[in-house]
Amino acid sequence: MNRFVVPFVSGFLFAAGLAVAGMTDPSRIVAFLDVTGEWDPSLMLVMVGAVSVYALTRAFTRKLSRPLAADCFVGPKAKAVDGRLLLGAAIFGVGWGLAGYCPGPALAAAGASSGQAIAFSSAMVAAFALTRMMDGRAEQRRAPGTSEERR
Amino acid sequence: MLSTFYASPFAPLVGGVMIGLAASLLWLVSGRVAGISGITGGLVDPRCTDRPWRLSFVLGLLGGGFVMSLLLPAAFGTTVVSMGIAVAAGALVGVGTTLANGCTSGHGVCGTATLSKRSIAATATFIGTGILSVYVFRHLMEVGA
Repeated sequence: MNRFVVPFVSGFLFAAGLAVAGMTDPSRIVAFLDVTGEWDPSLMLVMVGAVSVYALTRAFTRKLSRPLAADCFVGPKAKAVDGRLLLGAAIFGVGWGLAGYCPGPALAAAGASSGQAIAFSSAMVAAFALTRMMDGRAEQRRAPGTSEERR
Repeated sequence: MLSTFYASPFAPLVGGVMIGLAASLLWLVSGRVAGISGITGGLVDPRCTDRPWRLSFVLGLLGGGFVMSLLLPAAFGTTVVSMGIAVAAGALVGVGTTLANGCTSGHGVCGTATLSKRSIAATATFIGTGILSVYVFRHLMEVGA
């Protein structure tokens, strides 16, 4: 039960937090990135709030051998900063600055039936599918594996 | 009342704390990182074997957006570009976050909080190119709605 209710509640609270923080308004994101215009520091405050709370949780859960309603903690396996990471982050930033949406706010605003967010999110999800399909093919040519690590 | 609070300088910090609590809940109970691009991308990945919890999370995100649009319409206001550009931007964000294994939530919030080198490098990079993008498209090329 918790396996499905908790992710729903987490997603719901995540969207509510984004809205309260004003992050679902693309003009606020563009204003944060517009350092030569009228700069809006909101996004920095959002990060401070979110990172502080989450850092405390991670410090506290270090002693736990497993999560409360799952078999193990699942985190990213990759540890090295590589070209793929930096190229991807660079491409992401260009799109982010262009429309003022990143994935979370775009989906929350799509739920709020913003036409622009629905268009953005549809293209984004199609690109997720296409890139992952190509990744899967490349992976089959090499050794198959997963990008996640369990502990 | 909510719209009065939304206009106050505390709203971004409180919203950030709510995001931190949402990510904390998912880690503590489900043992998963609240990275939106990764959770959503998994849903459309042919290799994915754990779609149900991902679907629950994404439905929560969409549902939260819907409820908040009724309580706080001001938070969803302004459009900044044309539809065509929104689609192009969505494609760039989809490809970029898949290559980078994360976005503002996974790298920017969760990874930064655990002091992951990859996440800090990714966050610095996408904020950097985001600033560059706004400068080039808004100030030099004057792209806008």
